[in-house]
Amino acid sequence: MSFHRFRRKATNAAMLTLTGLCTLIAVGTLVFILGYLFQHGGRSLTWNFFTKLPAPVGETGGGMANAMLGSAKLLLLASCIGVPIGFLGGVYLAEFGRSAFSFVVRYTTDLLNGVPSIVIGVFAYTLIVLRQGHFSTLAGGIALGVMMIPIAIRSSEEFMRAVPLSLREGAMALGASKTKAIFTVVIPAAKEGIITGIMLDLARVAGETAPLLFTSYGNNFWSPGWQHPTAALPVMVYNYAISPYEDWRQQAWSAGFVLLMLVLTVNIIARVILSRRGHVAR
Amino acid sequence: MSPMQAPSPQPAPDVTMRGQTFPMQMAEEKKPVAGEVAKLSTTNLNFYYGSFQALHGISMQVYANRVTAFIGPSGCGKSTFLRTINRMYETIRTSRAEGEILLDGEDIFKLEVSELRKRVGMVFQRSNPFPKSIFDNIAYGPRINGSVSRSGMKEHVEQSLRRAALWDEVKDKLNESAYSLSGGQQQRLCIARALAVDPEVLLLDEPCSALDPIATAKIEDLIFQLKDSCTIVIVTHNMQQAARVADFTGFFLMGKLIEFDTTTVIFKNPAKKETEDYITGRFG
Repeated sequence: MSFHRFRRKATNAAMLTLTGLCTLIAVGTLVFILGYLFQHGGRSLTWNFFTKLPAPVGETGGGMANAMLGSAKLLLLASCIGVPIGFLGGVYLAEFGRSAFSFVVRYTTDLLNGVPSIVIGVFAYTLIVLRQGHFSTLAGGIALGVMMIPIAIRSSEEFMRAVPLSLREGAMALGASKTKAIFTVVIPAAKEGIITGIMLDLARVAGETAPLLFTSYGNNFWSPGWQHPTAALPVMVYNYAISPYEDWRQQAWSAGFVLLMLVLTVNIIARVILSRRGHVAR
Repeated sequence: MSPMQAPSPQPAPDVTMRGQTFPMQMAEEKKPVAGEVAKLSTTNLNFYYGSFQALHGISMQVYANRVTAFIGPSGCGKSTFLRTINRMYETIRTSRAEGEILLDGEDIFKLEVSELRKRVGMVFQRSNPFPKSIFDNIAYGPRINGSVSRSGMKEHVEQSLRRAALWDEVKDKLNESAYSLSGGQQQRLCIARALAVDPEVLLLDEPCSALDPIATAKIEDLIFQLKDSCTIVIVTHNMQQAARVADFTGFFLMGKLIEFDTTTVIFKNPAKKETEDYITGRFG
């Protein structure tokens, strides 16, 4: 065997080992976190966790029903802000976005996506909490909604861009105006992708803690309406995990597990929708 | 009926535009053919992509209820010419057309563009069915134009599919995705979709270039049948196809309409040397 051939084979083996190892570490971390959460949180997950309010300090038991409802309300509000702005902004960028203005929009959108979530929290704090003088679901929902916008815009844009030009031309050749072609052909063709992008976006903000710390704050009781502080799962994890009580720390594990399962489920549903789309539209 | 129906003979001097003189050698073919009615009439049409001139002084007539074919090598401007007739070129920002195109005597540049495209349908090189059901594909045009009532839609869809000779193949699966059809069926679906708007003129841009010979033969049969109800303009790479289906043929080269005449004359006795060279396969 010549020296060159030996060197080539050795390089190949080394690189294969290296890349394989890195892949293993990446996947292994996820599996480790999943397993660890399941071991600590999954086991102690009881029905009470989903139906009861948090127990006062000193008492054991209790659950996080209020945090789950709180998270749901926050996400609902966030969607009301993030989805329409993100979707319609994406339509604009994909279909009319060739001006200098849209270049600026696209650039600032990417910038907004990179803004640390805690900064978004401070923004909502200054704008709403300080003005109103109290923490609220409203402020938390708006903070999460703002966080949703950049990904909703860019994913909607990308999926609409992926619709072939020939479909737009086909619609316009039948007498459709550009706007009509967009709403009757392009958006329906990109529908699954757009919905998937928004679901993944929602799953991402569902786990955000920082923007909620000083907007929705937290609450050990039910939070009626939109003007009161509310509990949310990620904040509960934070508060309970740093508490000195063994029982609370246990519940923090459970909350973390529930949150992860939620995000995982949404992700899987989104992937299924996307792969089904692949069959229909080539 | 419009008073402009009779083709108006135009004098054919050289035309000077922006200091450039276009020898109108093609104008001598422009005399109307006896017994034919002009559906479309273009006069001195120039077309530009940015600063590149893609069409040079095209003057010709497309006759009603006839099949007119355009042949020529790639990039000669035949597809561009087709796309000016229904103003599809307008989707390209830097493009610009100059000159006159009359549809039944009406200036197409003064028509509402959606109105024009309802009257002048188009089928593209690659079939482009919408990701919808077969039924919804056909119903798309009538729906957006509001030209067919909700109750009459089913019948109209059937009639359009019959006109495109596709009804028997799809009548049991109207609600299935259009993508479940074969390539040739998809192209006939696109023809049926265009016919559903009841166009007066149908533009076909190399409709068979992606199809096998059997699917091609079906589409050519279809073109024969459609001649009775509309005027057809077809761009094709395939000279045999032009010879088979067309009544009139125009030969394009480098953005100019070199020769336009009946298909028989073009293929048997062309007047221009370039045409003869192309037909006999000396280039292109």
